[in-house]
Amino acid sequence: MEYFLELILGGLTRGSIYALIALGYTMVYGIIELINFAHGEIYMIGAFTALIFTSVLTLLGFNEIAVIVLASLAAVIYSSAYGYTVEKIAYKPLRHASRLSPLIGAIGMSIFLQNYVLLAQTSDFLPFPNLIPEFEFIKPYRHIISSAEIVILITTSTAMILLTFLIKFTRTGKAMRATAQDRNMAMLVGVNVNRVISITFVIGSALAALGGVLIASHVGQINFYIGFVAGIKAFTAAVLGGIGSIPGAVLGALVLGLTESFATGYVSSDYEDVFAFGLLVLILIFKPAGILGRVRHQKI
Amino acid sequence: MIKAREIKKSFLVSIWFMFLTFPIMVIRVNPIEKIVEWRWKNMLVVGIGSFLLSFVWRYMLKKKEAGEKRAETGESGKTFLIQRILEERRFYIPLVTGLTIIAVAFPFIFSMYQTSIMTTALMYIVLGLGLNIVVGLAGLLDLGYVAFYAVGAYSYALLNHHFGLGFWSVLPIGAVLGFIFGVLLGFPVLRLRGDYLAIVTLGFGEIIRLVLENWNEFSFGPSGIANIDRPGFFGIQFSLQAASIYLYFLMIGLVIFTIIVVNRLQNSRIGRAWIALREDETACQAMGIDKTRTKLRAFALGATWAGMVGVIFAAKTTFINPASFTFLESAMILSIVVLGGMGSILGVIIGALILILLPEYLRAFSDYRMLLFGAIMVIMMVFRPQGIIANIRRTYKFNE
Repeated sequence: MEYFLELILGGLTRGSIYALIALGYTMVYGIIELINFAHGEIYMIGAFTALIFTSVLTLLGFNEIAVIVLASLAAVIYSSAYGYTVEKIAYKPLRHASRLSPLIGAIGMSIFLQNYVLLAQTSDFLPFPNLIPEFEFIKPYRHIISSAEIVILITTSTAMILLTFLIKFTRTGKAMRATAQDRNMAMLVGVNVNRVISITFVIGSALAALGGVLIASHVGQINFYIGFVAGIKAFTAAVLGGIGSIPGAVLGALVLGLTESFATGYVSSDYEDVFAFGLLVLILIFKPAGILGRVRHQKI
Repeated sequence: MIKAREIKKSFLVSIWFMFLTFPIMVIRVNPIEKIVEWRWKNMLVVGIGSFLLSFVWRYMLKKKEAGEKRAETGESGKTFLIQRILEERRFYIPLVTGLTIIAVAFPFIFSMYQTSIMTTALMYIVLGLGLNIVVGLAGLLDLGYVAFYAVGAYSYALLNHHFGLGFWSVLPIGAVLGFIFGVLLGFPVLRLRGDYLAIVTLGFGEIIRLVLENWNEFSFGPSGIANIDRPGFFGIQFSLQAASIYLYFLMIGLVIFTIIVVNRLQNSRIGRAWIALREDETACQAMGIDKTRTKLRAFALGATWAGMVGVIFAAKTTFINPASFTFLESAMILSIVVLGGMGSILGVIIGALILILLPEYLRAFSDYRMLLFGAIMVIMMVFRPQGIIANIRRTYKFNE
C-alpha cells in the first residue's frame, strides 16, 4: 500500500512538472497553431541558467535562500528572453507561410539551441545542487514523499492557479483568448496580436523554466539533451489532454506522470520512454482530439 | 547608405544578444571542483557578430518582401541559371558527360578515404531522395525516417549473423522490410494532420531505437553487431581497397536508379496525386483521390529506400549499433531535403553533397556541424522555403 502511495505521489510530481512544460506547448498551439519544438530547449536553458547562477552566487557568498530565489528568477527571466527571441527570429517571419515551414523552422531552432548549449557549455552531465532544503516535519513520512516533491507540487499548483487567473480575469488574458479564437477578428477589434503572441511565448517559457529548475534540483543532474525528451513528453501530455486546452494540458500531464510512474514501478524501468511514446501514438490514433479537446471541423 | 536609425537598431540587437547569451556563453561552471570560468571574449564576439548579422538579416528580409511583392504583381518568371542549363541540351549533355567521367574516375584518382566519404555522401543522396518522396512530394513531415534506415541495417546484420545470408540476397529483403514497416507505421498515423504526424513519426523513431537498445536477446543491445560481411560479387571476396571501390560503384548505381524512379514517379499519376494532396487535401479528395492510400504509398516508398540504404550502411561499416540511428540522423536527412529544395531531385543531390562533404573537408567546422544544420533549417525556412533549387512547377500556357 505504501509503495502504491509512493508511486502515486511520484507520478503526481512528475506529472506536475510535465504540466508546467505542457502549458507552454498548448498555449502557443492555441494561439498560432504551431508545435513549438524549441520549447523543450527553452526548459533546458532555464535549468542551465539556474545551475550557472547558483554556482556563481554560492561562490560569491550569498546565503541559501537568496541563492534559490535569485537563481530561479534568473532562470525564468532568461528563458522568457529566449522564448521571446526565438519567436521573433524563427516564427514571426513565417506567420503567413504554409504549415510545414514554421514546423521545420522550429525543429531547426531546437537542434540549434541544443548544440549551442553543447558547444558553449559541455556535453557531460553536470550535477545540479539540491536547492530544496529538507523539512523537519516531513521526516516521519520520508519513505513516501520527499520535501522536494512537496515543494514541486505546491509551486506548480500555485503557478497554475496564477495562470488561470491571468487568462480568465485580466485584459491580457482576454486578448489571448480572443487571439486564439480568431486572429483576424481580434486584430479588427484592436488587439495587438503580435504583442499577444510574444506574451504567450514569454509566459510559456517562464513556466518551462520553473519546471526546469524544479526537476533539475529534484533529479540532481542536467545536460544539454534533457530538453528533447522532456519536450516530447510534455507534448504528449498536451495532446493527451487536448492540445490548445489549458486544463487539458494539466490533466494530460498528470495522467502521463501517473502512467509512467506505475509502468516503471510495476513493469520495467528500461522502457520508461517507450511508455510515453506509446501512449502518445495510441492517443493520436484513437482520440486525436484528446480528453478535453474539441473536434475542430474543417471549414472550406 | 546606412541610416543612423539602422545603426541604432542593430546596436540594440547586439546589446540584447549580449544579454541573452551572457550566462551560457560567458560563464562556465564546474560544479564538482567549484571553479567558475569567465569568458568575456565570447561576449565581444557575440556583440560584434550580432551587430553585423542584424544588418544582413534585415536586408534579406527586405529583399524577400520585395520578391513576394513582385510575385504578386506577376512580374516573376526569372529562372535560375541552373534551371536554364538543365533545360538547354547544349549545356546539358556536356555537363552530364563530364559528371559521368568524374564519377567513374573518382575512386581511381582519390584515396580510399576520399572514396569512402564520397560513398557516404552518395548514401545520403539516396536517403534524401527517399525522404524527398515523403516530405517534398507528398508534404508529410516524417521525423522518424531513420527508423526505416535502422530496419534495413538490422535486417542485414541479423540475417547475416544468424543465417549467414549474403548482401545481395538481403538487399531486396531489407527493401521489402522497409516497405512493410512503412505500411505498418503509416497505416494508423496517416489519418493525422501534418504536425501530429511529425510528432508520431518522431515517437516511432525513438521507440524503435529504444527497443533496439534494450532488447538484448534480439539486437545485442547498445554494444551492437560487429563483423558483418562486406558485399560480395558472385562469390569473389575483395581486398579492403577493392571492396570500398566496389561499394562506391554500387552506390553510384543506386543513385542513378533512384533518380530515374523518383523522376518517373514525379510525373506519374501517383506523383501528381501526391503534389495535389500536399497543396490542398480537401480539393484533392473532392477530385476522387483516396487520401489515405496515396499518403501510404508515399510513406511506404520512402521507407523502402531507407531500408535499402540501411542494408548498404551495415555492409559498409560492418558494425552497427543503435547509436547510429538517433533523431539527429533523421534531422540531418531532413535538413538535406530542406536545404536542397523540397521536391527537387537536383536540389536534394546538391544539398546532400554540401551538408556531408563540407564538414568532412572543413575539419574546423566538424564540431559545429549540428549547430549549422539547425541554423540552416531556420534560415532556409525564413528566407527561402523552396530551397537552393526550387522545384519547377509544370505550368500550362493557355494559347488563344
